[in-house]
Amino acid sequence: MEGVLKLQNTKTNLNIRDLIEEKKKSKSVGNLTEKFIPGFLFTIAVISILTTIGIMLTLLTETIMFFKEVPILDFFTGTNLKPLGAEATFGILPLLTGTIISTIIAMFVAIPIGLMTAIFLSEYASEKLRKTLKPLLEILAGIPTIVYGFFAFTFVTPLLRNFIPGLEPTNILSPGLVMGIMIIPMVASLSEDAMSSVPNSMREGAMALGATKLEVTWKVVVPAAISGILASFVLGISRAIGETMIVTIASGSSKNFTFDITQSMQTMTAYIVEVTGGEAPAGSTLYYSLYAVAMTLFVFTLVMNLIAQYISRKVREEY
Amino acid sequence: MEVFTEKKNVKGIQSDGESKKDASKKSIVYDTKDLNLWYGEDQALKNINLSVYENEVTAIIGPSGCGKSTYIKTLNRMVEMVPIVRISGEILYREKNILNKSYKVEDLRTRVGMVFQKPNPFPKSIYENIAYGPKIHGIRSKKVLDEIVEESLKGAAIWDEVKDRLNENAYGLSGGQQQRLCIARCLAIEPDVILMDEPTSALDPISTSKIESLIQELKKNYSIIIVTHNMQQAARISDKTAFFLNGEVIEYENTNKIFSNPSDKRTEDYITGRFG
Repeated sequence: MEGVLKLQNTKTNLNIRDLIEEKKKSKSVGNLTEKFIPGFLFTIAVISILTTIGIMLTLLTETIMFFKEVPILDFFTGTNLKPLGAEATFGILPLLTGTIISTIIAMFVAIPIGLMTAIFLSEYASEKLRKTLKPLLEILAGIPTIVYGFFAFTFVTPLLRNFIPGLEPTNILSPGLVMGIMIIPMVASLSEDAMSSVPNSMREGAMALGATKLEVTWKVVVPAAISGILASFVLGISRAIGETMIVTIASGSSKNFTFDITQSMQTMTAYIVEVTGGEAPAGSTLYYSLYAVAMTLFVFTLVMNLIAQYISRKVREEY
Repeated sequence: MEVFTEKKNVKGIQSDGESKKDASKKSIVYDTKDLNLWYGEDQALKNINLSVYENEVTAIIGPSGCGKSTYIKTLNRMVEMVPIVRISGEILYREKNILNKSYKVEDLRTRVGMVFQKPNPFPKSIYENIAYGPKIHGIRSKKVLDEIVEESLKGAAIWDEVKDRLNENAYGLSGGQQQRLCIARCLAIEPDVILMDEPTSALDPISTSKIESLIQELKKNYSIIIVTHNMQQAARISDKTAFFLNGEVIEYENTNKIFSNPSDKRTEDYITGRFG
């Protein structure tokens, strides 16, 4: 009996060994895959980088074409933008002010509300409430921007006109505010992530020193999460600068150079929509102006991001 | 259950042998009466009665899950951060019941400092870590703060190591230094009592011995309650020791009595390493 048992055992062992050896042979194909995977993934990664470089090169060459026709200084200091007609002038300042002002208005809404929402969710709300509210908030981020634009034009502007009689039917204020609302979830959600990842031991440390909840939040949690919070602001700003539909619909297309937020202004993005929507013959100055504006927009966001990265590195609190 | 009664013997057990006020005149800092605590349905503390005396080191020992950490966290009401906690009984701190709803918890915590298991400095400079406490309590003058920072760091025996890098991030310090920084942070608001929840459990032996000798120094000016897993540590540094088991105080005695001649079998079993 024992002998049989022993024999069986050995046999099983032998079989397993054999199986492994056998699999090893067929594994050589797998090894080949292992070898090629990094290269494959690298190629995929390079494609996206190359595409970006391609876009930048196109922008650059067409922009250079534009600056052959319109002096670069006139473009950046010009307060007149009349792209059509016999005496076309291309000054980008009206578009720059439009973009900057709408972004500022949006951030006036998004930063305080977003940050306070994040503080509430991360520090004050119960676990249960947070788990209900956060997904709801993120639904806001899923609304298509055209709906926000429509909302700004048909609801917010008429509403505001009750309080601000001088408000034009198309104006920069209303889309700015609505853009802010659109960006709240982004700021709130990212800031909340940053604050939630601050270890609890830090809150305990501060509370054990007799700090109140508010003191713990403002002087420990927010500073510890500041790089994440600033990153959320910057993403919000970039989003506002690049936002197109809301301003196109609700701010009209007047190329006013003004700082009066009750008036219609055009942003860089809205200009691009307008010109691509009309017929701009390829090779015309109007056509090239698209690229120049797009390039400006690109540099704008790039610089914003660089500044922000620098700031958040500077103020980061390591833990 | 044994409750500490032999007040007259206190002087004899002081390990540093310094002349102290007569023990019988030592005032009670914390007086716990019939304390019960539940986490939801689970009772974590059962009928705790314990008196903690001024300028002494009181050690709390016991196996994991015996309620010792819960108890020390009840003393500054940090235990309330757990939402499902329920407490009955009284804890008198300097003769006022801190479990009273009207007792302002922030006031309590400015009088009772706490050092945690893992060093938890703020992600700020060494200077800002110490200045945080005084600042939230309204001290703004740079000159005063400078002085507090220096005094506190000296008090925690870390000044010489950090005086040249006060503006560097506290997370650049070693674990042991971070823990002494946390002790210094406590000292910066001049507490009356310092609670220590296993302050050396995350530290190496050298850092541990530094903290232990620091505790010996600190007890001249502060009352210290320390939770520890390490029985040798309790024997080395404390004046009195409470042995907790399953949420109860099994024995509370002078440290040398508890380690040489425990009156409860369970205490004996625990300190001789038969369980826990």
